[in-house]
Amino acid sequence: MDSITKKPFPRALLVLDILAAVSLAVALWMALVYAPRELVMGDVQRVFYFHVASAWTGMLGYLLAVITSIAFLRTGKMNLDVASLAGIEIGLVFTALCVISGSIWARPIWNTWWTWDPRLTTAFIMELIYAAYLLLRRGVEDPAQRARLSAVYAIIGFITVPLTFLSIRIFRTIHPVIFGGEASVGSSNFVMSSQMLQAFLFSLFAFTLLFAAFYWHRLRLGLRQQQIEAIELQRRQDEEEE
Amino acid sequence: MTPDTTAYMIAGFSVILIGVIGYMLSLVVRNWMINHRQRK
Repeated sequence: MDSITKKPFPRALLVLDILAAVSLAVALWMALVYAPRELVMGDVQRVFYFHVASAWTGMLGYLLAVITSIAFLRTGKMNLDVASLAGIEIGLVFTALCVISGSIWARPIWNTWWTWDPRLTTAFIMELIYAAYLLLRRGVEDPAQRARLSAVYAIIGFITVPLTFLSIRIFRTIHPVIFGGEASVGSSNFVMSSQMLQAFLFSLFAFTLLFAAFYWHRLRLGLRQQQIEAIELQRRQDEEEE
Repeated sequence: MTPDTTAYMIAGFSVILIGVIGYMLSLVVRNWMINHRQRK
């Protein structure tokens, strides 16, 4: 086994894990207790803090994936392929949580679990495109070819990320536009008080730490997987030669 | 009058927290499986 598989658990990662867990607990307290209840929507509006933070975390994952994919195509380093996969996997988990929590928020406010609104539709398409990325990887056996195809796919798939982000500004939508939108009767927009804004910003911070911790863990896992697969492949080839 | 939407709030937070814990557990399980493969 080579050096990375033998590496001990980094102390910095342990500190990051603890910081992420504590920040998440504080963010939960701020969302549930510190921030005031929104008068029109009631308590369900509190989902907003974690709903947006989940979307932010997901997009962070996709952004890292596209950066590492471009870097992979330029350098051919297989570790960058692992980094890209880690970003997309975490992105998928958090955008799924964002979509589901948004659907729960929508039920009492829009009187429906789901509607084909531009924001919901683009988010759903983005989720499907990145889910297909995982299927693509399963379909290609050769690691080098798999990495190249995945990198190209991740770069093309990233088009859906800014499209999803900007959809509420480009198209007519019933989805709230909190920053730059107008709070009016009949819309689900709302004006944030200073305590709401603090809870929102702290949630973004906590989820960013959580993302960093997950990303680091997933990267370590991916690199170890990659090394073990290489060793097993080498062993099989040696056996065949004998 | 402010509507009572507490049940939806609980459901929303539950989904996110269960998802986060679930992903964390998946990392732990996969790590355990890698250790097992490495020992073989």
